Amino acid sequence: MFNTLRTLLLTALHAFHRRATVQYPEQQPYLPPRYRGRIVLSRDPDGEERCVACNLCAVACPVDCISLQKTETDGRWRPEYFRINFSRCIFCGFCEEACPTYAIQLTPDFEMGEYARPNLVYEKEDLLISGTGKYPDYSFYNVAGIPIPGKERGASERERPPIDLHSLLP
Amino acid sequence: MTTIRIDGRDCPTRSDINLLQACLEAGANLPYFCWHPELGSVGACRQCAIKQFSGPEDRKGRIVMACMTPVSENAIISIDDPEARDFRAGVIEWMMVNHPHDCPVCEEGSECHLQDMTVMTGHNTRRYRFTKRTHRNQDLGPFVKHEMNRCIACYRCVRFYRDYAGGDDLAAFASHDNVYFGRAEDGTLRNAFSGNLVEICPTGVFTDKPFSAVYTRKWDMRGAPSVCVHCAVGCNTIVNAREETLRRVLNRYNTDINRYVLCDRGRFGHGFINAPTRIRTPLRAIDGQQVPVPMADALTAFARMATQGRIVGIVSPRAALETCFSLHALVGPEHFSTGQTRQEQECTELAHTLLTRHPGALPTLHEMESADAVLVLGEDVCATAPRLGLSLRQSVRQASFHTADNAKVPRWMDAAVRTLGGECPSNLHILTPAPTDLDNVAAETFRAAPDDIARLGFAIAYAIDPFAPPVTDLTPDDAAHAARIAQALMAARKPLVVSGMQYGSPTLMQATASIAAALVRTIPAAGLSLVLPECNSMGLAMLGGLPLETVMEQARAGEISTLVVVENDLTRHLDLADVADLVAAVPNIVVIDHTMTPLCQHASLVLPIATFSESNGTLVNQEGRAQRFFQAVFPPAPIQAGWRWIQALARSLDPSMHPITGLIDWRDLDEALAALAMAFPDLAPAVMAAPEADYRINGEKLRSQTYRASGRTVIRSFVSVRDQPPPASPDTPFSSSMEGAYEPDMPGALVPYYQTPAWNSVQALNRFQSEIGGPMRGGPSGIRLLSPAENQNTEAQPYAYATDIPAPYIPQADTVLVLPDTRLFGSEELSMFSPPITARSSAPTLGLPASATGSGRMVLHLEDGPHDLPVEPVPGLPEGTVLCPTHMVARAFRFPRIARLEGLTDGGERP
Amino acid sequence: MTSSALLTIILTPLLLLALATLLTWVERRLLGLWQDRHGPNRVGPGGMFQAVADGIKILFKQDWIPPFADRDVFILAPAIGMMTALLSFAVIPITMGTGIAGDLNVGLLFILAMMGLGVYAVVLAGWSSNSKFALLGGMRAAAQMISYEVFMGLALLGVVMMAGSFSLHDIVTAQAGLWFIIPQCLGFGVFLLAGIAETHRLPFDLPEGENELGAGFHTEYSGMKFGMFFIAEYAGIVLVSSLVTTLYLGGWRGPLLPPAVWFLLKTGGMVAFFILLRASLPRPRYDQLMALGWKVLLPLSLLNVMATGTILMLRASL
Repeated sequence: MFNTLRTLLLTALHAFHRRATVQYPEQQPYLPPRYRGRIVLSRDPDGEERCVACNLCAVACPVDCISLQKTETDGRWRPEYFRINFSRCIFCGFCEEACPTYAIQLTPDFEMGEYARPNLVYEKEDLLISGTGKYPDYSFYNVAGIPIPGKERGASERERPPIDLHSLLP
Repeated sequence: MTTIRIDGRDCPTRSDINLLQACLEAGANLPYFCWHPELGSVGACRQCAIKQFSGPEDRKGRIVMACMTPVSENAIISIDDPEARDFRAGVIEWMMVNHPHDCPVCEEGSECHLQDMTVMTGHNTRRYRFTKRTHRNQDLGPFVKHEMNRCIACYRCVRFYRDYAGGDDLAAFASHDNVYFGRAEDGTLRNAFSGNLVEICPTGVFTDKPFSAVYTRKWDMRGAPSVCVHCAVGCNTIVNAREETLRRVLNRYNTDINRYVLCDRGRFGHGFINAPTRIRTPLRAIDGQQVPVPMADALTAFARMATQGRIVGIVSPRAALETCFSLHALVGPEHFSTGQTRQEQECTELAHTLLTRHPGALPTLHEMESADAVLVLGEDVCATAPRLGLSLRQSVRQASFHTADNAKVPRWMDAAVRTLGGECPSNLHILTPAPTDLDNVAAETFRAAPDDIARLGFAIAYAIDPFAPPVTDLTPDDAAHAARIAQALMAARKPLVVSGMQYGSPTLMQATASIAAALVRTIPAAGLSLVLPECNSMGLAMLGGLPLETVMEQARAGEISTLVVVENDLTRHLDLADVADLVAAVPNIVVIDHTMTPLCQHASLVLPIATFSESNGTLVNQEGRAQRFFQAVFPPAPIQAGWRWIQALARSLDPSMHPITGLIDWRDLDEALAALAMAFPDLAPAVMAAPEADYRINGEKLRSQTYRASGRTVIRSFVSVRDQPPPASPDTPFSSSMEGAYEPDMPGALVPYYQTPAWNSVQALNRFQSEIGGPMRGGPSGIRLLSPAENQNTEAQPYAYATDIPAPYIPQADTVLVLPDTRLFGSEELSMFSPPITARSSAPTLGLPASATGSGRMVLHLEDGPHDLPVEPVPGLPEGTVLCPTHMVARAFRFPRIARLEGLTDGGERP
Repeated sequence: MTSSALLTIILTPLLLLALATLLTWVERRLLGLWQDRHGPNRVGPGGMFQAVADGIKILFKQDWIPPFADRDVFILAPAIGMMTALLSFAVIPITMGTGIAGDLNVGLLFILAMMGLGVYAVVLAGWSSNSKFALLGGMRAAAQMISYEVFMGLALLGVVMMAGSFSLHDIVTAQAGLWFIIPQCLGFGVFLLAGIAETHRLPFDLPEGENELGAGFHTEYSGMKFGMFFIAEYAGIVLVSSLVTTLYLGGWRGPLLPPAVWFLLKTGGMVAFFILLRASLPRPRYDQLMALGWKVLLPLSLLNVMATGTILMLRASL
């Protein structure tokens, strides 16, 4: 009996507590940089697409909402198309974790409501941003052994110049 | 059989294998690199280290390389032993020291043996923080991409390329840590089996170049068991597709045929499917122009044509059995043509007859590898049936195996056996007009005109069996040669005689069959093999029909109002003048094909047919094996399987004028096959080439995508964001999606891809075999329709030898005999629509006897006019003959062809 | 019938409906207040028009009658609920001389009768829906409401004895000196609990306990039929609150402010208390509810009647 009354009192006293609700459109909440919102494709520090079309994001996606096709220019792999169906996306961030080149990143933007579902299908042009996102200095081709224009074979980080096959010196 | 103890578990195993094989066959996960079931062991990579104990009391044991240690009775070994594990972890760490950080941009990724083995070994963090060794790559031509940084120096590539496939332009260079696998200089790999490096290489050094252009990870592709359509051998393949386009063709293990190896034509010849020449919509000739029309219009147009008179059907030896049979059912046997010239048809039918009459063995390709004496008569098998040529190349090793057996060296101990084999004489005899790729392993070669080879063949038969007809007026040299070969064959335990219809010579095949039959007198296992030109030549020979010449006669007589041509480019069989006659005489030509062939220009109606990757059907290979191919692609609406088009044509007809029963009622492939079995009892077993469409495992269809296929909800969302059900076909037991059953003991004919837990590369195949290199666990793929004749060649039942021995070939002064120069890349019809094959093929040249004096170019006068060609001397080519590439100079090639040859005048002007 | 009576007949249900509708918003705002959040605050001033928006929404919902339902009864049930709730208001005296139907000398009995009829709405809804959840809800409602009607009536007996009349007007007048909540504190407690149970409000909302029965007796209802149950429930709250005000809190009586304001304040306070109960208390088990009724409330109300009677007799004999 007393407990019940105490409960009533305590509940009533909550009328004088601060409200936890954030009045969203007027009052913008703080979203940390690692918040998992809209997915973007970032670029290298030199402005080239970071995505190498390795398909790991697609295979990591639990709702299978990422699809892409590899193409190649000058030794660089890139996606011919890169499509995300955001009407299926659950913003789990697995794609970002799977990405070996920091290309695919989730951003703190979640305001992507649409009236028509087809508008939620984002193509590569919609996903590409012009910056590097959360990882400003990383460039996959600086550490990969693949030569690209401007980087000769053997010029990646921690690589020796190519072997001279005609030498038998140790 | 014996028993070994692996980590406390008793495993029955075979005694003639090594411990690595035994472990894998027992289902254990033991990493390895340099060992390959077809290449044997060399112990180069040190990855398969295990502990072997000398007895139950031995607690210490010793590290051995499993691949180099034979299975011994009651051997006690441990894979999980900590010391062995550490050893393997150390080895993989060394290998990964220089391995580049480029898995995301590596075509091998997702099906990489190195990835699998690294994970299996537990190595996941790189401790090495110093610089990595790098290599420059080479351009290895249109088939294979080279990325040497990824190499782990297992030596599989050169062992396969040089030792197994007989190539000489890939080698190991440099020394110690720098060892390099490549060519002496950039350039196209010349060997016909270079594409297998893609599967042989355990990592991404050699990758599939055409596939790289349309690259997709293995887990994303739909797979389907298929059969190669680029020659009559019938190699089993896996076709991979994504987004309803074919991406690549892989080898599918068939223990009897291709096993682990596929030729480059089969691997890269599929490009015609996605080529711009592909027909994708019905076309109708309106006012001299072919315009795309809807399917219903096309069928109405056909129905109108059918009212005008007789319909004659022409199929082709490259069309599936069901397609041929459905046309047979539509037009009736008296109006059904095989689409071959009389000579071609006689040859294929003769081949069928000779094989059914042969009293000895009809060896499979795998059995050919163990033939200890081989005679090839008048067939360049390396060009017409490349995979068969490779089997014959392996047969040369039989002598070294016998030597090794005597020296108690196990056959899988590759380096030792090959060293021993260095002194073993070859027992391969080649009798051809022109040099072949097998010449370098042959005991002896003999160059002569086809008729002379046939004469020599009959002489050999006579030397073996005196009941065979003798050859008169043989030169003493030839007689001695015949006796020598006869002796070599008779001394063998499993002799084999191979010929074919490359030169369109029935007597050559008769002579070959005579030798084989004669051998059966003393050696019952003597084998006969005849090479046919197209993937379903044998099936069509068993179906029968009119030759093209008869159709021409009917056409000229004005008896044909509508000609239905299915998957046949008649311009390859008929001369230009004949084609023109046919077009003039037949008012309506309906072409049903997948590729825009020159014939299509003359068609009043062109209907798009599904290719082997888009439909389901049955092919009969040259040894009479019916094999089913399944679709990996579900083509958009107007494109459909051949028999469904013909069924649609039949349904469009007026039933009162064309009473067709059966055909119009078939609901699926199984009903078509059942009707075929009723009509042609010889072909009835073809029904059992693969399980029927209602086959289920645990009540489920078989999945054709991996369990981790991606992009399901997005891949077609640019068309519609709504989800669509996956496509389905009533003709196959496969579900087109990732849903369904998949297990290592599924039927051998229904394996859509190879993957088992921890084994994502093609090496997962080991788990699908009942024993490594042996039959598939789920049973064989395909079914033999031919079996050796029961009547042995005995005194009581003598073999009916052919007696029409040809006269010797006498060179003419004013004309030459034009011999077909069948090329691996260039002569076959469909593969030449594939860009990589076109890039690999070389320009036509005219081969002349080395003795002939000629300028750089000469003019060959064929029926369709003069052809100005560069000349190339061919050593050994008989006098009075020239070698002309088939279908590359004159589109049609017919036998025998006598032509006038003249040199160019000094000014280079054509006379 | 005078035109003013006609006006009353038309206006009163409209006003009451509006009040009940508004109450849905008030309840959500108050719940928000006690749960550290805002509640609906977007539509109109302070979110007041949320109730209108909800009303429009519910009006435009598909009105679906399941094919397996007993159609006529199914339609009748929400109408009964609505009608009894509205009719009860007829005899509530808002101020001296102000009431919808004026002063009825058996007003309290009329209200009890109407509340008794209200059971039919729930039971028939549960029965006619022909679905197991609805039936279970209906069964619970029947048992719960019939039981608690007993204690309610017994609790009121004390008030009637003290006022000496069934007329609500007389009862308020009798509280001129002392509100009945003091002498009838036991009866007040029993009546309050019984009132909650009668209106099957939280925490005694077992007939529609959503986490066990879906939505209980109105599981199969949709559109405005569901809306009628909903409105009837809120009308019930207002009814019970105004009854408590009239019977125990002195009705319109109070200093300074006009009587109508006092009545509304007291009723509003009671409504807020009902909502506070919902905000803070968990739902008891069904057997606990029934045990509370028969083992606690029944003896208490009987005790109340006996004590009141004894005191009245003693006082009369003095």
